[in-house]
Amino acid sequence: MEKFTEVSGVAAVMLQINIDTDQIIPARYLGGTDAKGYGAHLFANARFLPDGQPNPSFVLNQAPYDGAQLLLADRNFGCGSSRERAPKALREFGIRCVIAPSFGGIFFNNCFRNGLLPVVLPIEDVRQLAEHVASSRGTAHIHVDLQQQTVSQATSGLHFQFEAPATLRQMLLQGVDEIDQTLARRADIDLWRAADRVRRPWAYTAVA
Amino acid sequence: MTAPQSYFDKVWQDHVIAAVGEDQVLLQIDRLVLHELSGSQAVRALAEHGRQPDSRGQVFTVIEHLISTRPGRGPTESVSVSGAAMIDGTRRASRDYGFHFIDYDDERQGIAHVVAPELGIALPGTTLVCCDSHTCTVGGVGALAWGIGASEAEHVLATQTLAQAKPKTMRVHFEGSLPDGVYAKDLVLALIGQLGANGGIGYAVEFAGDVIRKMPIEGRLTLCNMSVEFSAKYGFVAPDEVTFSYLKGRSYAPQGDAWDAAVTYWTSLRSDAAAVFDAEVVIDVSALRPQVTWGTSPQHVCAIDQCVPDPSEERDPQARSEAARALEYMQLQPGQSLAGLAIDVAYIGSCTNARLSDLRAAANILRGKRVKPGVQALCIPGSTPVKRAAEAEGLDQVFKDAGFEWHESACGFCGHIGDDRFANLRVISTTNRNFKGRQGPLTRTHLASPATVAASAIAGCITMAPGGT
Repeated sequence: MEKFTEVSGVAAVMLQINIDTDQIIPARYLGGTDAKGYGAHLFANARFLPDGQPNPSFVLNQAPYDGAQLLLADRNFGCGSSRERAPKALREFGIRCVIAPSFGGIFFNNCFRNGLLPVVLPIEDVRQLAEHVASSRGTAHIHVDLQQQTVSQATSGLHFQFEAPATLRQMLLQGVDEIDQTLARRADIDLWRAADRVRRPWAYTAVA
Repeated sequence: MTAPQSYFDKVWQDHVIAAVGEDQVLLQIDRLVLHELSGSQAVRALAEHGRQPDSRGQVFTVIEHLISTRPGRGPTESVSVSGAAMIDGTRRASRDYGFHFIDYDDERQGIAHVVAPELGIALPGTTLVCCDSHTCTVGGVGALAWGIGASEAEHVLATQTLAQAKPKTMRVHFEGSLPDGVYAKDLVLALIGQLGANGGIGYAVEFAGDVIRKMPIEGRLTLCNMSVEFSAKYGFVAPDEVTFSYLKGRSYAPQGDAWDAAVTYWTSLRSDAAAVFDAEVVIDVSALRPQVTWGTSPQHVCAIDQCVPDPSEERDPQARSEAARALEYMQLQPGQSLAGLAIDVAYIGSCTNARLSDLRAAANILRGKRVKPGVQALCIPGSTPVKRAAEAEGLDQVFKDAGFEWHESACGFCGHIGDDRFANLRVISTTNRNFKGRQGPLTRTHLASPATVAASAIAGCITMAPGGT
């Protein structure tokens, strides 16, 4: 897991509800088994014109938002398909943190495995941050501190507390390898399974 | 004295191996299902990290996401540019690792979420995960099933476990009696319309009530399929006699004494009468009419005889602007009638609505009729067994005589993976997502039941099926 402690930078505003993972990265760009190569297709349908040129009216094509490290969105960000290329595409583009009132559940989990922090804040707070971003033409940077669980915007004086899920937060702060962590519990798992095999033997023997 | 527990609580508890930190538990995963789109990523990552699968006998691979549906398709035929490589990589890895493997030409092949209940891979009282958000479909047979990302799948491959936070629970009661011509698809679309596309965030949703108890398994699978469209990761129906009689004798289901022992165990998981849910919703279906979506989120839905709503009447500013953008994308006007709207394509397929009962419902409407000239009509059965069963009943001939294309089974055109066939067209579809661009560049998708799609194919415009209320 890529370590995450804090991020400070330009925030792009996409205050829309239900931004689904098909919008974040369309299915036609999911090909390949490579771990990378998805950032170029982030929000492809909105970010590029039919001829492949950048769409000048799309926020991530406009300075300073083309260098955004944070994204502000409305509820249910990342709903829909489970594609892990969605957080991968955001991370590759340079986004480290998405702040929204709620997230699609599968996307939420996928973020943590890709160095991306999803932060849940009420829409009123997100709107206040967004207003200052807009009125400052993007110069009102946002600072997110995972250790302190705070979101702050120095120029506006806005300061909010958020609550990250405890276990995932620790894993992100330490950058642990989740699989190694589980493999280290092999003895506990084996012991548990020995009892479970008595209770549910049929669950272990999938034979056609 | 233990607190009263729901079916969900009991299944969850019976899979908890240990706590992980303050708010997660390590769960035993009984079944991992992989396909060639995301499964290939997980398998490759596992190999790159020098790890081996933990429980290869509990891993199933199906070729279904990228493989072509063209009759006579080849072993790596795909409209996706990297489809052939991904199919081939998944095939090789599945054989090398010794997973249960269902290839493109296997008589058991089909869309993973159709195949899993058909073969008894998904069972009550089990956990099942797959790199696909519609994994919740198989909650229809009482499995605790949810979609995961490729990294989580790598974790499951390496350990046959997954750390998760326990979700809140919601119970949705469908009460009353379902009118003729109204199907599970209409039920779940109406639910999403009422609760919103974010209504289920953070919940495991149990579907209950008289309507569900009387509903055959295929309808329950359709219902659970779209749980994720209101953002519930998990959707399920607690197992009952309908479930047991559906599963008995299926090839991966326990057999003989093991079956009896399993049924005894499953029965012991029944919800306690006093079980408490974090949220309860009651929906009376008696006056429900066939549903069709008008926008770009499944929550943009209304009865087929209603008009497109006016976004300016929406109170929430973001929902208002989303609805306005949706109408622009869909090329619709507020107040416009949905019935009578001309369509270019009628599509029957997907893990939502391409099982035998769906094909029968459509065929009953198509029999002796012709698709309106100029309309492309496609039927892509949910699995090869569904296709064979339909052919045995002569349904393929009904579809073909009506002017439908009759394809091989796979995910097909539910998601746009490279074929621009539906670009700029208006599609009425039995699938689950009407997102912008979901079925192709600027494709305008209207979600509906197979009966509505069949009736619309004949009329050439959105039309209520005969017998609808």
